[in-house]
Amino acid sequence: MENQNLFSMTENTAWCPGCGNFPLRNALIDALNELELKPWEVVMFTGIGQAAKMPHYLNINGFNGLHGRSLPPALGMKIANKDLSVIVESGDGCTYGEGGNHILHNIRRNPDIVHLVHDNQIYGLTKGQASPTTGDDITTEVQPYGINAEPFNPVKFALGMEASFVARGFVGEMEHLTELIKKAFNHRGYALIDILQPCVSFNKINTYQWYQEKAYKLEDIYDETNLETAQRKAEEWENKIPLGVIYRKEKEIFMDNFDFLGEKPLVEQKREPQDIKTTLKEFK
Amino acid sequence: MKINILIGGEAGQGLKTTFSILGKALFRMEFNLFSTKDYMSRIRGGHNFIKLRVGDEKITGPADEIDILVALNKETVKIHEENVKNRGVIISEEKAESSVENIVIPAGEIAKDVNPRALNTVFVGAVLKALGVNTDNCQSVIREYFNDSQIIEDNLQLLEKGYQKGKEVLSLPENTFNNEQLFLDGNQALALGALSGGLKYYSAYPMSPSTSIMNFVAQKQKDLKVVVEQAEDEIAAINMALGASYGGIRSMTGTSGGGLALMNEGIGLAGITETPLVIVDVQRPGPATGLPTRTSQADLLFAINSSQGEFPLMVTAPRNHEVAFYDTFRALNLADKYQIPVLILSDQFLADSSTNIDEFDLSNLSIDSYFVDKEDFNGDQEYKRYNITDTGISPRAYPGQLEQTFTVDSDEHDEYGHIIEDGDTRNNMVEKRASKEEKLKSNDIKEPLYTGQPAEEIDYLLIGYGSTYGPIKEAVSLLQEDKLSVGYLSFTDIWPLPVKKLLKFNNAKIEFVCIENNYRGQFANLISQETGIQIEHNILKYNGRPFSGIEIYNRIKKEVIQ
Repeated sequence: MENQNLFSMTENTAWCPGCGNFPLRNALIDALNELELKPWEVVMFTGIGQAAKMPHYLNINGFNGLHGRSLPPALGMKIANKDLSVIVESGDGCTYGEGGNHILHNIRRNPDIVHLVHDNQIYGLTKGQASPTTGDDITTEVQPYGINAEPFNPVKFALGMEASFVARGFVGEMEHLTELIKKAFNHRGYALIDILQPCVSFNKINTYQWYQEKAYKLEDIYDETNLETAQRKAEEWENKIPLGVIYRKEKEIFMDNFDFLGEKPLVEQKREPQDIKTTLKEFK
Repeated sequence: MKINILIGGEAGQGLKTTFSILGKALFRMEFNLFSTKDYMSRIRGGHNFIKLRVGDEKITGPADEIDILVALNKETVKIHEENVKNRGVIISEEKAESSVENIVIPAGEIAKDVNPRALNTVFVGAVLKALGVNTDNCQSVIREYFNDSQIIEDNLQLLEKGYQKGKEVLSLPENTFNNEQLFLDGNQALALGALSGGLKYYSAYPMSPSTSIMNFVAQKQKDLKVVVEQAEDEIAAINMALGASYGGIRSMTGTSGGGLALMNEGIGLAGITETPLVIVDVQRPGPATGLPTRTSQADLLFAINSSQGEFPLMVTAPRNHEVAFYDTFRALNLADKYQIPVLILSDQFLADSSTNIDEFDLSNLSIDSYFVDKEDFNGDQEYKRYNITDTGISPRAYPGQLEQTFTVDSDEHDEYGHIIEDGDTRNNMVEKRASKEEKLKSNDIKEPLYTGQPAEEIDYLLIGYGSTYGPIKEAVSLLQEDKLSVGYLSFTDIWPLPVKKLLKFNNAKIEFVCIENNYRGQFANLISQETGIQIEHNILKYNGRPFSGIEIYNRIKKEVIQ
């Protein structure tokens, strides 16, 4: 428990009692401890929403930025300081709705970032509107006749882009989730974990029980490097939902494109005004 | 004396290469130069032209009249013939339908057997002949410009043939400057200022007329250890740059008005998180897509009112190429010093005009570091990112610098960066941020530059901001030749607006004339808002084309003096 205190900070949160954010935070703390990271070596980027308040409730560095914009500053951070562990964390609305364009392009860039999406299939902070992952059997105040679009399947989407690490976790499976987070940290490249969690206040359909009845852990013999089987797993939802690393593929990461980033962190590299002298010759 | 050359043709006819070779050759001959680009938002066809002024004294803007019209197609003759001076000349491939003297250079015929793609080099030769100069410098420029030895050979041959076919019509004075100079455009000057200022990260989304900043910095990535990332949109561009700046490296983004609109929330994020950032808006006429490749100064009030809420912001508009360099360098320092967003308002006119300037003096420049000293936080000293200090400026560390953690937040926050909602903390934070703007205003904002007769003698005070400096300065000289008593205040720092110098001119005797590239007279309005001064005369232009000195002179004579 001594280690636990390294990353724990406050019991005073803005989350509802029973919120899936609590076990998710615990799983993350366990993973950070087991990875033996130092709090100041970890930076978390979030957007806006209940999930996005995470850096306020953990002892790590945090950048609680704009709604939907958690990924872009994380990339900038990684360029500035390659030695820090960078986590992006936000909800399903922030990540797949407002931030949809960024996730698409960051899968292409493949930066060495751990991306934890709190997927409770609803907007919590704005009080219960449909999110991109909300099921089509729900009505809300804004969607009284149901939802006018098909639900977004983040796992299928990420696999379609052949993202380098695609996983699904569930806050009802804490140890499993902790292991998944550790695997994401140990993966070189962009690692997305879509984490199922109930919203006890606004989602009366996708409850703990609902997830528990459908979720199952992928077996040890499951080949996470096989894209075809992964794509079949991504289709599973109605009756059973697979948990675990669904697909993994080592690829060139964003930083590999810049030799000079491999030296020491860019933030520690010295620059002088006179460095442009050679460049000025082009204009003579 | 000044000679004005206009080279016109369709998009895709190689105007840029022609200009690059001719301009650089004349620069190497140590002539003063000033060029402007007028191009359409298309890849082929249409009508594009480059104006190049050559002379024996420093040139600061374009001219309307033409001495040598190089017409790469018939349309160029039709459009520009009326501006060719009495003793001017048209150089064209076929006989021009014009009463103006015409040097016919059958460039296509000449280039056909050598290298048809290098056809324009025939015209370069003919222009050099018309100017009464030799081809020596141009030959060496061609050798540097191309990589392929056969292409170099072809161009040299065509240059010589064009020169032989040409005719001497003018003569240029010799050696007009003899110190170390640079020949560059406004975007290059600005990018060099940023690179010299320790820029390590640039992210942007391509948008005319800002794109050449990104192109240039991207070419220097390996040499100067700077990362350039083309973002998926302007929102990502500014947020990436903010993340990099939070990480401790100097970062910048650039765009034009439409992109600035998308970046606006990010500018507020820089404001409330107190993350330093330099944002460049190379203005073009809006709203929405507007005129993509043309010039404007109509983003002024939008820029200074960027983002919802209130936070300190600095806006500066370089008046020329030198200032674009030095003030971009300074913008990076000031953004760090005050932990604020600094917006540089350039425009297409400055961005795309090339001129010769004194080589930059790098010896007096320093990249100032404003990070906390690690040693101060080794013991029990607690680090608070938003510690409330007398100056309003809090100690800034970057993540990983100290063995302590900290959070920055787009929500209102306490000294630790954690979310709050109580009124007192909110007040403290608003006031803390606002006091930085006061410090900035009293310590670092520059008063405008004054030129003209002694202040107490003038009848008219011309006022402008940013890039109109060159043409207005030329107009001042012309007005003075008419024995008029005129002064001119050229503003670069425009927000917070420096008013001291301006207020000194506020008396009944002096009439104020504000000259701007927009419809509403935004700078005049800003001055009224900040000082109560009512500007009597507005000289406005909003057709997307830059002012020329003679044009401002004529309009003042007609609209102001009468």
